[in-house]
Amino acid sequence: MEIPYAVHPRPDTGIYNAKVGIWLFLASEVMLFGALFSAYVLIRVGTPPGEWPHGWQNVTLGTLNTLVLALSAITTLMAWVACKVRQFGKFKFFHGCTLLLALTFLCIKGFEYDDHLTHYEIHLTAGSNAGGSIADGHMVENDPKKDYVIIKGRFVNDEQELIDLRSQKDIRETELKIPRSQIKDMQSYGPWHNDYLALYFTMTALHALHILGGSIVIGYLWGPGRKLWKVDPEHFTNRVEVSGLFWHFVDLVWIFLFPVLYLM
Amino acid sequence: MSDPNTAKPAGEPEVREHAVDFNYYLRRCVYVFVAVVCAVSLMLVASYLPHFDWPAKVAMILVVACTNAFVVAGFLMHLISEKKMIYTLLAFTAFFFAGLIGLTVWAMQDFPAGTVTH
Repeated sequence: MEIPYAVHPRPDTGIYNAKVGIWLFLASEVMLFGALFSAYVLIRVGTPPGEWPHGWQNVTLGTLNTLVLALSAITTLMAWVACKVRQFGKFKFFHGCTLLLALTFLCIKGFEYDDHLTHYEIHLTAGSNAGGSIADGHMVENDPKKDYVIIKGRFVNDEQELIDLRSQKDIRETELKIPRSQIKDMQSYGPWHNDYLALYFTMTALHALHILGGSIVIGYLWGPGRKLWKVDPEHFTNRVEVSGLFWHFVDLVWIFLFPVLYLM
Repeated sequence: MSDPNTAKPAGEPEVREHAVDFNYYLRRCVYVFVAVVCAVSLMLVASYLPHFDWPAKVAMILVVACTNAFVVAGFLMHLISEKKMIYTLLAFTAFFFAGLIGLTVWAMQDFPAGTVTH
């Protein structure tokens, strides 16, 4: 049995059913991300002045990812336009570009995650003769068989010095060899580190999952799903439009995630 | 009597596909991308502006981000020329989203009597 209004618009709504479906789905997605943004507002506003981290993200990489995603939104639209004008070669080119850009976005995000997860804050015991009570930097060597760890970073005396990095110019990092006997506790900059990083990892990981999901759909249409083009090009074009709407939504979410997590 | 197969849908003048011209869309995409680049640049500049207090910077960045989102939704998602049903659906979404954020902000200072805050 043929599914009705998969290609042609319903007379009462003026649009085909899949488009209504994707907009309803996007409405639920707005509420999902809205809940996370409202959690961000609640925690951000409730944080005492001077305790919210600044400058913890690589703004250059964040900006690059914003442009990569914006470009991928454009290639998605052009892929749909190519289908509309019945130029399948152009569709393949533009959707291929979208896939590559999505992969680039995920690689950059993965690099950023790795940067956070290898960044450690090490609290030292009271009697240690180091240059400060806290060592902060990226792990270079952490072999459990050895009685020391090596990080590339710096010593500070107060945790407050690590909160606002934007106001600190010219931070000098050197390799620091710290005996395990002097380590009171050691924690990486993962989601467990503080509220800001918990929000950062939750929101960006959920967004990255959406990128991954969208990439799978786009990859399907670019690969095995293209058989439909030969049978029913209009139906295929509608599928490309629906996947494109999802992709633009993912881009929209990032438009707000970028300033909220990288700039504010 | 009109033919039911060619009847206009309720609330719409006619069922019409977007007129598609490849070069027109390509030009439009270039404009949108330039607009996005400008918006990102403005947000970066606003975040580093000296002599502005924090709320002013946040307001400026959010205004630019909303404008950027409007451009993307309007032109890339065709929201400037969508059907009435999509607008109705979005109006409901906006209402519930505003409620979600509004209730959170409203509840922010709503502590039970005697609560100790740090």
